[in-house]
Amino acid sequence: MKEALQKIAQEAKEALQRCQDMKELDALRVRFLGKKGELTGILKQMGKLSAEERPVMGQLANEVRAEIERELSDRQAALKAQALEKQLRDEKIDVTMEGKAVSLGGKHPLTIVLDEIKEIFMGMGFDVVTGPEVEYVRYNFDGLNVPESHPSRDEQDTFYIRDDIVLRTQTSPVQVRMMEQSKPPIRVIAPGRVYRTDSVDATHSPLFHQVEGLVVDKGVTMADLRGALEAFAKGLYGEDAQIRFRPHHFPFTEPSAEVDVMCFACQGKGCRLCKGEGWIEILGAGMVHPNVLKYCGIDPYEYSGFAFGLGLERIVMRKYGIDDIRLLFENDLRFLRQFSE
Amino acid sequence: MNLSMRWLRDYVDINKDMDMREFCEAMTMSGSKVEGYEKEGAEVSGVVVGEILSVDKVENSDKLVVCQVNVGQEAPVQIVTGANNVFPGAKVPVALHGATLPGGVKIKRGKLRGVESNGMLCSIAELGVTVHDFPYAIEDGIFILQEPCEVGQDIHSAIGLDDVSVEFEITPNRADCLCVRGLALEASATFGKPCNAKEPQIRQESGDIADYLKVTVENQELCKCYHAKVVKNVKIEPSPRWLRERLRASGVRPINNLVDITNYVMLEYGNPMHAFDLRTIAGGEIVVRNAREGERIVTLDGVERVLSPEMLVICDKEKPSAVAGVMGGVSSGIMDDTTTVVFEAACFDGKSVRLTSRKLGLRSESSARFEKGLDPNQAMPALMRACELVEELHAGEVVGGVITNSFFDGEKKKITLDSDWINAFLGLDIPKEEMVRILRSLAFEVDGDVISVPTNRTDVETLADIAEEVVRIYGYNRVPSTALRGSAQARPTPAQKFESLVHDAALAMGCFEVQTYSFVSPKSYDKIRMPADSPLRRCVEIRNPLGEDTSVMRTTTIPSMLDVIAFNYNNRNPEGRFYEIGNEYIPHEDPSQLPDENAQLTIGLYGGDNDFYTLKGMAQSLLTRAGVRGWEIEPCADEPAFHPGRCGVIYAADGTQLGIIGEIHPLVADNFSIGGKCYVGRFPMAALMAASDMERKYVPLPRFPATTRDLSLLCDADLPVGHIEKAIRQAVGAVCESVKLFDVYQGAQIEAGKKSVSFSIVMRSREGTLTDEQADNAVRKVLSALEKMGVSLRAAG
Repeated sequence: MKEALQKIAQEAKEALQRCQDMKELDALRVRFLGKKGELTGILKQMGKLSAEERPVMGQLANEVRAEIERELSDRQAALKAQALEKQLRDEKIDVTMEGKAVSLGGKHPLTIVLDEIKEIFMGMGFDVVTGPEVEYVRYNFDGLNVPESHPSRDEQDTFYIRDDIVLRTQTSPVQVRMMEQSKPPIRVIAPGRVYRTDSVDATHSPLFHQVEGLVVDKGVTMADLRGALEAFAKGLYGEDAQIRFRPHHFPFTEPSAEVDVMCFACQGKGCRLCKGEGWIEILGAGMVHPNVLKYCGIDPYEYSGFAFGLGLERIVMRKYGIDDIRLLFENDLRFLRQFSE
Repeated sequence: MNLSMRWLRDYVDINKDMDMREFCEAMTMSGSKVEGYEKEGAEVSGVVVGEILSVDKVENSDKLVVCQVNVGQEAPVQIVTGANNVFPGAKVPVALHGATLPGGVKIKRGKLRGVESNGMLCSIAELGVTVHDFPYAIEDGIFILQEPCEVGQDIHSAIGLDDVSVEFEITPNRADCLCVRGLALEASATFGKPCNAKEPQIRQESGDIADYLKVTVENQELCKCYHAKVVKNVKIEPSPRWLRERLRASGVRPINNLVDITNYVMLEYGNPMHAFDLRTIAGGEIVVRNAREGERIVTLDGVERVLSPEMLVICDKEKPSAVAGVMGGVSSGIMDDTTTVVFEAACFDGKSVRLTSRKLGLRSESSARFEKGLDPNQAMPALMRACELVEELHAGEVVGGVITNSFFDGEKKKITLDSDWINAFLGLDIPKEEMVRILRSLAFEVDGDVISVPTNRTDVETLADIAEEVVRIYGYNRVPSTALRGSAQARPTPAQKFESLVHDAALAMGCFEVQTYSFVSPKSYDKIRMPADSPLRRCVEIRNPLGEDTSVMRTTTIPSMLDVIAFNYNNRNPEGRFYEIGNEYIPHEDPSQLPDENAQLTIGLYGGDNDFYTLKGMAQSLLTRAGVRGWEIEPCADEPAFHPGRCGVIYAADGTQLGIIGEIHPLVADNFSIGGKCYVGRFPMAALMAASDMERKYVPLPRFPATTRDLSLLCDADLPVGHIEKAIRQAVGAVCESVKLFDVYQGAQIEAGKKSVSFSIVMRSREGTLTDEQADNAVRKVLSALEKMGVSLRAAG
C-alpha cells in the first residue's frame, strides 16, 4: 500500500509537471484527488489494514494528498501567470495612435482675460455690477460732466438712437447709476460692451469692451487710486510690474491720468512693442470730479472717490499677441481654439 | 499742435544741448503730451555751402555743364550739373560724396558723359524745402543761396534748416496750450525757468482809425469782443527768413508778410486773426451780424457758400466779407496791390462757430480754435502783437487808435487755497509754499489764500482742479501707493453665479464661446424668415449707423449665431460647436424708455456627427446641471427659422418657455450660405435661472434590487415617444426608477403608418424587493394607460 501511495505521488508529480493548461489541470485534480480519484481509491482500502499500520498509512496518505495539493496549486499559479503573460503580450497596442479626445470647449479670449481681471478686483473687495448698453444721454454724458460742446457727443463719435438715448460710448455711465442708487462706501467694477462710430479695421471696432472701476468713500485719495491700480497691474502682469501716471484729461475725473505699465519686453528701455516709449498705456483713471459727485447727490466735501476705465480688447490683444481686432469678433474656430487648447 | 523749439526759446531758456527725448518726456509728464518730434532736415547730411568758381560746357552734351566749386577744402570740387541757372560766384548747396538727401537718396561720385563728378548741386526740392520757405528761389534749377553764409558751412545752419518741431497732443480742456505762449508757460513751469513774455509795443502811429473805419456789433451774444486796427501804406512782400522758419516748423506755409503776420500771431497767441483789404469794405463800415436767409459768399477756398440766419458773418454795408471765425471771403482778402489793411482780432462763440462750420462743411485752423472756446482777453494783445510785427517787418504804418468792442465779464475766477484739503485729496504732504510757487509758475495769482485763475484757464473751476495743477507740476509719480482702507467683501450675485454655471456647462459639452456684434442688419430678419408682422421686427434703430449691416440692435441672437456658423463653414472648418451669452434688445412701447436687454444663451452646432439629438442632449445636460426639473419638450412646426419637423420648444414645469432647439430650416441655412445642416438652440437666461433650483439633497443609495421589464409597443408613427414615456412613468408611479427607449422600428414587419417602440422600464422600491406580481401589476397599469393612447403591446419581456 505504501508503494501504491508513493506511486500515486510520483505519477501525480510527473503528470502535473507535464500539464500545460487549466482544463488538464482540473482533470488531474479529479484523477488524483477527486471523490472517485486514485488517492480516494487507495484510502478506501484502509479498512483492511491492521490497527498498527492504519495510523502510519493514514499519515502517509495525508502527506501524499498534501503534496499533490501543493503541486497542484503551484502548477495552477504557474499556468495562470503564463496565461496572463500571454494575454498581456497579445493585448499590446500602439500607444502613439491618436486618442479619443473629448473636446472641453473654450472660453472666448475676451472672457478669459475678463475673468482674470474680475478675480483680481474681487480680491480687493470690488463687486461686479452692470449697466445698460442702450443708455440715456444724461448718464453717458451729462452726469459725467461732459460739456455740451464736447466732440465726443458728436454723431461722428457716438451712435444715437434719439436725442436723449445713445449706445453708451463708455462704461462710465455705470458710475453715475451706482452713485445714484447706492450710498457710499462704493467699491465696484463694471465690465461691458461700449460703442463708438469707428469703422472696422485692424485696430478699430464699433463695438468693444471696457471695465470701469469706481470707489467712493470718506477720505479716498489719489494715493489709494495708485495703490489699487498698482495691485491690479501686479495681479495681471506679475509682481515685477511697474506703473506710472501721466497727466491727462477726462471730463469726469480731476485730476486725471493715463496709466502706463512698464514695457514687459524691454523693461522700460524702449523697443518695438512699446514703440520706443518704454511704457505701454493700459488705462485711464482719476479722482471723481466734484461735479459728478454733486450730480449724483453726493457731497464732494464729505466724500471723495476714484474711477478708472480700461479697454479689454487692447489688453487681450497684447497678452496674446493678436494683431487684428477683427479676429475677436469673427469667431473662427481655429482662432478660438488657441486660447484653451 | 506743432511747436518750434526755436520759437519756444524766445520765451524760455531751454538748453540747446538738452536731449529732445528728455524734453519731451518732461513735458508729457507735466501734462502736455508729446506725440513725437522731428528734426528739420534730419535726412540731409553732408551738404555744405559751395561757391561756384567756373562753369564750362561738357563736350558732346547740350545741357550738362561742369563746375569747379569751392567748398572750403584745399582744392575745388568738380561737379557736373544739368541745371542752367548756375554761374561763377553763385553760392549753392553742394551734396558731397557720401551725402544723404530726403527720401533716402545717397550721393556718390561718378562720371557723367565721361566727366568726373564728385557730388551734386542741389535744388530746393532736393533739400526737402519749398519756394514758400525761400521765395527768391526757383523750382527748376539749383538753389542759388541769398542767405548770409560762409563757404563750407553746413547747409542746416546756413539756411536755418536746424529747428526741431515738437508735436503736442493737447486735450480739449486746454485750448490755452494751442499756442506758443501757452506751451512756453508750461515749459517754464516744467523746467523751473522764467517765462519771458513781453507785452507788445507799437512805437509809432499816425492818423486816426476813426477816419478809416467804423465797426458795429449787432449780435453781442455770439461775438464776445471785436477789436480792429488799421495799417496803411502797406508793402506786400515775402516775410523775413526768421518768420518763415517759425511758420515752417509749425507746419504753416508762408505766403506774404501780411498774411504771415496773422498766422504768426495766431500760432503765438492762439487767437485767430483776420486781415481785410480796406478797399473792399463798402462804406468803410464793418457790421457783425447774423447772415440773411440765402445770403452768399465765396470763401477763400474759392467755393460759394449759401448762408443761413443762425450763422454769424462779418459784413460791410452791403455784403458779407467773412464767415465769423471760420473763413474770410475771397473778395476781401489781401492782394498784391493792397495798400490799407484792417486787422481783426475777435472772439466768437465757440458753439456757434462749431455749428456754422459743420453746416457749411468747412473747417479751418481758425474754426478749430474758436470751437474750443477762446479767452476773449487774448484778442487785444494779439491785435497789438500783429501791429508790432508790422513795424518790425517794415510792412506798413500803423494808424493811431483802436476800435474795441467788448461784451464779456473779464473778472478772474477766485478759488480759496486749502492746502490741507489738497494734501488729503492727493494723499501727499506738499508744503503750502510749494503749492503757491507752482501755481504762480502757471500764472495763477495767489494773494493770501485767494487764488485768481488766469482768464484763459477756463478749465480751472474747483479746488480739485487746483489740486491737479499742483500735482502735475509736483510730479504725478511722486504720489505714493496706499492700500484701500476699510474692509469690503466682494461676492458674485446669484445671476453672476448662474452665468458661470452656464459657461461651465457649455464648455463641458465641448462648445467654444463666441462674441458677436449686438447690432445687425434689418435684412437678417428676412434671412431667418421672420414673418413680416412679427413683433421682433420692431427694434432699437441707430440713427447714424456705420452701415445697414450694423444699423439695428438685435431682437434675436439667432442670426448672429448663424453668421458664426457660416463664417466657419466657409472657412472650411469641418465642424463646430459654439455658444454665446449675449443680449437681445427689446424696445419698449414708449420710445423714451430704454429697451429691455435680455441675456440669451445661444448654442450652435454644425458638421461632424452633430445632429438634432446632439443639441437636445446638450439641452438636457444643461437643464440637469442647472437644476431645472420637470421640464418638457413639445414639437414645434411653426418657427420659420427652423425645420418644421425638427424643432422643439422646451417648457418649464410651470409652462414658461425655457428655450427652443432645432435644425435650421434649409432655406435659412441657404440664406446664410451654410451648405450643410446646422442646429441652433436659444435659451433666455432669466427664464433658465428662474426655473433653476440649485438645492441638492442626498438620497440614500438603493438597498434593494431593481426589477426590469421590457415592452415592445405598436403605435401610430406620428405619436411622439416622449408622450408614451410620460404615460409609462405616470402609470408605474413611485417605484419607477427609469424609462429608457431602446428601439424604434418601422419596416416590413410593421403595418404602414405604424411604428414599433421598445422601452426598458426599471422599477425599484425603497421598502423591499419588488415581487414579480408587483412588477406585473405595474406593467398592466402601463398597458391599460397606453391603450387609451392607441398604443398596443407587441411583446413583453
